[in-house]
Amino acid sequence: MSALSEGRVHADPGIDSHPSVNGEQAAHANPPRPVRPGDHATTIFQKGAPGRRAFVCPPLDVPPLEPDELLPRRFRREQAPRLPEVSEPEIVRHYVGLSKRNFDLDSGFYPLGSCTMKHNPRMHERVAALPGHARLHPLQDPERAQGALELMWNLQEALAEISGLPHVSLQPSAGSHGELAGVLLSRAFHEDRGETRHRVLTPDTAHGTNPATVTMAGLEVVVLATDAAGGVDLDDLRAKADSDVACLMLTNPNTLGLFDPNIEEIAAIVHGVGATLYYDGANLNAVMGLSRPGDMGFDIVHFNLHKSFTQPHGGGGPGSGPIAVSERIAPYLPRPLVVRREDGAFDLDFERGSSIGRLRGFQGNYGCLVRAYAYICSLGADGLRDASEAAVLNANYLLARLKQEGVAEHLPLVYGELCMHEFVLSGGPMKRALGIKTLDLAKRLLDFGYHPPTVYFPLLVDEALMVEPTETESRETLDAFADAIAAILREAAADPEIARNAPYTTPVRRLNEVAAAKHPVIREDLG
Amino acid sequence: MLATIGVGSVQEIVERQIPEAVRLGRPLELPGGLSEQDVYAHLRALAERNTSAEDELSFLGAGMYDHYVPALIDMLTERSEFLTPYTPYQPEISQGGLQVMFEYQTAISELTALPVSNASVYEGSSAVAAAAYLAKLQNGGHRLIVSAGLHPHAIETLHTYAHGYGMDVVEVPLSEGLTDPQAWEQAIDADTSAAIFSQPNFYGAVEDAPALSAAVASAAGHSGQAGAGAASSGTREGGASARAPVARRPLVVAQVDPITLGILRPPGECGVDVAVGEGQSLGNRLDFGGPSFGFFAAREESLRRMPGRIAGETSDVDGRRGFVLTLQTREQHIRREKATSNICTAQALNALAGVVYLTWLGRRGIVELGELLLARTHYARERLAGLQGVEKLHDQPVIREFAVRLDADVAQVRRRCALQGVNPGVDLHALTGRPEDRGGLLVAITERRSRADIDRLAEVLEAAVAVSEKRPAGEAVSA
Repeated sequence: MSALSEGRVHADPGIDSHPSVNGEQAAHANPPRPVRPGDHATTIFQKGAPGRRAFVCPPLDVPPLEPDELLPRRFRREQAPRLPEVSEPEIVRHYVGLSKRNFDLDSGFYPLGSCTMKHNPRMHERVAALPGHARLHPLQDPERAQGALELMWNLQEALAEISGLPHVSLQPSAGSHGELAGVLLSRAFHEDRGETRHRVLTPDTAHGTNPATVTMAGLEVVVLATDAAGGVDLDDLRAKADSDVACLMLTNPNTLGLFDPNIEEIAAIVHGVGATLYYDGANLNAVMGLSRPGDMGFDIVHFNLHKSFTQPHGGGGPGSGPIAVSERIAPYLPRPLVVRREDGAFDLDFERGSSIGRLRGFQGNYGCLVRAYAYICSLGADGLRDASEAAVLNANYLLARLKQEGVAEHLPLVYGELCMHEFVLSGGPMKRALGIKTLDLAKRLLDFGYHPPTVYFPLLVDEALMVEPTETESRETLDAFADAIAAILREAAADPEIARNAPYTTPVRRLNEVAAAKHPVIREDLG
Repeated sequence: MLATIGVGSVQEIVERQIPEAVRLGRPLELPGGLSEQDVYAHLRALAERNTSAEDELSFLGAGMYDHYVPALIDMLTERSEFLTPYTPYQPEISQGGLQVMFEYQTAISELTALPVSNASVYEGSSAVAAAAYLAKLQNGGHRLIVSAGLHPHAIETLHTYAHGYGMDVVEVPLSEGLTDPQAWEQAIDADTSAAIFSQPNFYGAVEDAPALSAAVASAAGHSGQAGAGAASSGTREGGASARAPVARRPLVVAQVDPITLGILRPPGECGVDVAVGEGQSLGNRLDFGGPSFGFFAAREESLRRMPGRIAGETSDVDGRRGFVLTLQTREQHIRREKATSNICTAQALNALAGVVYLTWLGRRGIVELGELLLARTHYARERLAGLQGVEKLHDQPVIREFAVRLDADVAQVRRRCALQGVNPGVDLHALTGRPEDRGGLLVAITERRSRADIDRLAEVLEAAVAVSEKRPAGEAVSA
């Protein structure tokens, strides 16, 4: 394997060195580093030996009984599940070893568009771990969970103010769960008026979760076109908005990073046919304290607490997707809701006759709520606005720096001139002139120590590259990233093969995804 | 920075894009920001107003349990490399997280004896609804048959989702603590998409899972098709016709308590097609209800209709073993309105805690822990049932949770126990609203509750029952 590896790694003559790349991991490393033991990706199931263990069971302190007396044999498992047999030090080494095969936000710039990879303050982990939060049972009596309910109430109030919509449910587990809540709420609203509406409008720039959610909620997706300026095509909207439309799902600023200048007109058209307006809050980080979905005319909004409000993403969750709604939608909110009684005590309200019901067990991802609440307490009113303004500033600065570096020739901004918190470039000209695709650029960025931007989304931009720097990055980081992009393009002009075969310095190189899907192996074969 | 952009101020950037009519134009009406130590003090003060499992002798369960979480889980889940990345969209720099998913899938597959597992769903109740949606995609039926022994939150969640899917939910009652076998079989018809039960059920009883599965097969007129016995390991091709209904038969879905699977016959050996459940017991905190994780395991024929992320093995251009997110053509970001689910962000970090916990327990530990829970739970049930004014709600085998009926007002009893620092369990009627649950108390036993703790519960409970108001005669303890 070692020989094969060395034989195929491409030498990299294109650039000299780069300040963000240290010597050992240098992008131009030649010869390549040797294959390390961890490269074999041995799973925990392939380690250890029979009888090895970490867990010490507490002693049996009750009278022993015949096993069959406790649980009849026909209910019993005959062979123990083949879990690993390893010691604690082996477990620690294994997973610490795996952790070192991950890139993470604490290690470097992570401008993944639409994901808002802002800094995750460590204080939030500390407060969430306090036993009064972490070991609180979800069915504890409300009078003995007043601190948790007060926290949830305060968070509801804050989210209501930020969104401009007065009623909040903290129950949804993530953004797409909040979307499902929203579409079901919209359905319930219409059904309560004796109307059965079948269609939901979503722009072609929408996140994939929007149309997928509509299908799960039993409704039909109708796609809206985008106009030349990057907003909703008003003519198309007028043509498709009719009395069979339940809802329009919109992200604003949209996934092109553009605030729709026609938002008032859009709201008027949608409300004019009796439909509701749903706000996908994935891009809320652009507008906190600057503009509110409720004031734009939206009826329902979901928040991604793992984006705008610093819940760490955990490599794919947990998240939390609270929703805020207008007065007319409030009767249908999921139950239970956190309420404040007249005597000032906090409680869970289950008596909600028109509610769509539950979306999950218990009260939501409380641990994520603690972190989001801590964040809002830290920043306060001005801090939240400052965060959004800085996010917008950083995105526009990076966009401008890329133009300065001559990158725009190969990676032009297709829509607009300025942007909100993120922007989308097209790699089409780069592909044609330099012979490298957006995917190649992204893979080459890995060698420079960056997580690449989101690629190939939104779908209407050819070879899309979607960049969201967030407010927590310094000017120096943005400059270095712009330099790296420019360097890769120069390198590609000299030799496109370098980017086409990148990355070189990562724990593994390009992986065969087609083979993985064609013949799925999704668990270790234990024989 | 402004000069580079070519604007005079940040406000100018904002004002050139957001129409004036929808600009907020005033500060948010929120308190001012605080220093880190002041935020800590505020959150700590809130925490102190909660009575956690640290502060009382707690026998609360009903879906989430106070198991011990080993310290190494805190250490690993707090590592930046696991805590702060996004979903692994760039596999070359995400091999750690992807391999964790692969190992997690292997552990869940072993535990359930079902060949395929995804990388996690939100939690236990919505996992049941996700399984129902898979059944709909797989066989196109419109009815969901649900045992009343399913967790009430799962039943309610299923109703919420099923209304969207356009499916009806039909509840089958319990008889002597178990899903009524006759009613179960009778409820299943040609339009039944899935038949769903809980193992053990919400009242703690171990169901006769093979019999429930067999009844589904027989009622659907496909005897011998449902539940082909022991699962094989490894994964074969899901089939080219994955999007067409494979067979018009109901799927057997079980919501399973994973901590019991060291000793309890696994769903894959009981004719179950889809096993889902709440993973909190496996190394996750209580956290007032989340975040935890839901698991989702199934037979191979369901692979290409599964919701959520799945990690798969492959190799890189140099031939090295590696892992990627696979079968993504099921997913929303590729398939959009044709996706098999809308789920995107799930519970990766919690699933990591789950697989580390299972590794920590190990092959022997999960059996030993199961035996300990079984013995202590049995002891606790007999101990409590021997008290004046307390009787068993049912006589079926139990593993780590059981239900008793008190002849006194449960709310009063619980308040009196709380004054003694004991939380005796969940008030069943308050949770389910079912008339037959009046007087019911659901008691959970974890390895953190010793015999001495159980004896203390018995002592405090007996005293509280003795002095509390008796329930009306109509609700008296039945013979």
